[in-house]
Amino acid sequence: MVETPADLKYAETHEWLRQDADDVITIGITDYAQESLGDVVYVELPEVGDQLSAQDEAGAVESVKAASDIYAPVSGEVIAINEELEDEPGTINESPYGDGWFFKMRMSDPSEIDSLLSAEQYITTTEEEEEG
Amino acid sequence: MLFRTPLYLAHQKLGAKLVDFGGWEMPLHYGSQIAEHHSVRRQCGMFDVSHMTIVDVFGSGARAYLHYLLANDVDKLSGDRQALYSLMLNEAGGVIDDLMVYVIDKGFRLVLNCTTRVKDLAWMEAQAGGFDVSVSERSDMAMLAIQGPEAIAKVQTVLRGHQSEDDSLLIAQLPRFGGVVLDQWHYARTGYTGEDGLEVILPANQAEAFWWQLHEAGVAPAGLGARDTLRLEAGLNLYGHEMDEQTSPLEANLAWTIAWQPEDRNFVGRAAVARQRERGVPDKLVGVLMTERGVLRAQQSIYCEGIESPDAQTGTEIGIVTSGSFSPTLGYSVGLARIAVSAGDKAEVEIRGKRKAVRFVAPGFVRNGKITIN
Repeated sequence: MVETPADLKYAETHEWLRQDADDVITIGITDYAQESLGDVVYVELPEVGDQLSAQDEAGAVESVKAASDIYAPVSGEVIAINEELEDEPGTINESPYGDGWFFKMRMSDPSEIDSLLSAEQYITTTEEEEEG
Repeated sequence: MLFRTPLYLAHQKLGAKLVDFGGWEMPLHYGSQIAEHHSVRRQCGMFDVSHMTIVDVFGSGARAYLHYLLANDVDKLSGDRQALYSLMLNEAGGVIDDLMVYVIDKGFRLVLNCTTRVKDLAWMEAQAGGFDVSVSERSDMAMLAIQGPEAIAKVQTVLRGHQSEDDSLLIAQLPRFGGVVLDQWHYARTGYTGEDGLEVILPANQAEAFWWQLHEAGVAPAGLGARDTLRLEAGLNLYGHEMDEQTSPLEANLAWTIAWQPEDRNFVGRAAVARQRERGVPDKLVGVLMTERGVLRAQQSIYCEGIESPDAQTGTEIGIVTSGSFSPTLGYSVGLARIAVSAGDKAEVEIRGKRKAVRFVAPGFVRNGKITIN
């Protein structure tokens, strides 16, 4: 069963976002996304210091089967990246919401979070995707 | 509505991720495609390949018909060799499909791709006109591929329940490309993984019991995902990627499958491919290695090394990746590519706007569990 924790925010492009502090967030890809991709073999992360606007390409994730871009769900500066994913990309399959996190950002406009999806709304979009 | 094989329920019970493959609802993997890949290379795995198109050819004109229909020569089938790989060409020399042809009692059996089923059957029917031949699809049969270094031993333990001791020994001792039909069960020592193993064509209503017996014997179910990475590591072509109706077999590393002798055998496409052979073809199919991080994928462009601002118009684009993936055995990406005959052994591929170094080698990276890159 695919997990979609209720305390996170989601983007339609399958990233999740956790608010660590008022303006600091952690970003990863959802359980649904990793399950659809299958075994992840390669991750391309942004660099610390990158200034991203919401919906900018921030990196990519490649499985045996497919490649998928990762987008910044909000605007701000990249302040940390999960370098361990470069050697252990399979962590994304094992722990998409834990050790499989991608990067952290300091938001320039924390109100952007309000435009993201709740867990419930995200589940609805994935169900539509499945049916589509 | 998708077609389902007789093993559909077994796949569901095993938790398979089912996907639409050429109109069939097939298992992509049962949890981890990479683990399934390793099972086949190191021990043994089994694939449901019942979606393949199975066609039996009987009649006094069967041999003459296949002499005309196929680019390889069924007269090579004798003695130990009971299975042959061949192309079915159109008049222009393009590949309609690639297939295996097997000897069966009083006739031949062809196993073709599922994605090309409708056009294959129509073509085979159309070519049958002048021959005393019956061409019939065997949708009453299922097909399993059991592959890996332990495949023969595993199948043998299971067969003791189905066949006599003598027969199960006979199956275990089949030579490579050998085959035998025993009581409607057709065994052939063939496969699409680069490992030893068997392909078994059997009555559809007996397939699920056989599958579970193999499962109980410790054979790992493997999906189409692993099947693709295994065939790619083995350097084997996939229809629609390395071959199609617009591409010469000479540009798909398949010249070896065309039987030019005897010279008076007239097969469909012979004249066209003979002309191509005489004049030369512009491209060739090669293996590609990329040890940099990233994954080769079909349709990525390949460029001459070190030339910035690539421009297809000025000829710096030298080819295209036809199949690409991550190689679980090697731990980096490999692929097949169609490139200019004149290309050197190094080039660059463009992935998401960035150039990455690649090296060309003969197709085929892993065989019988061993790395074979030259």
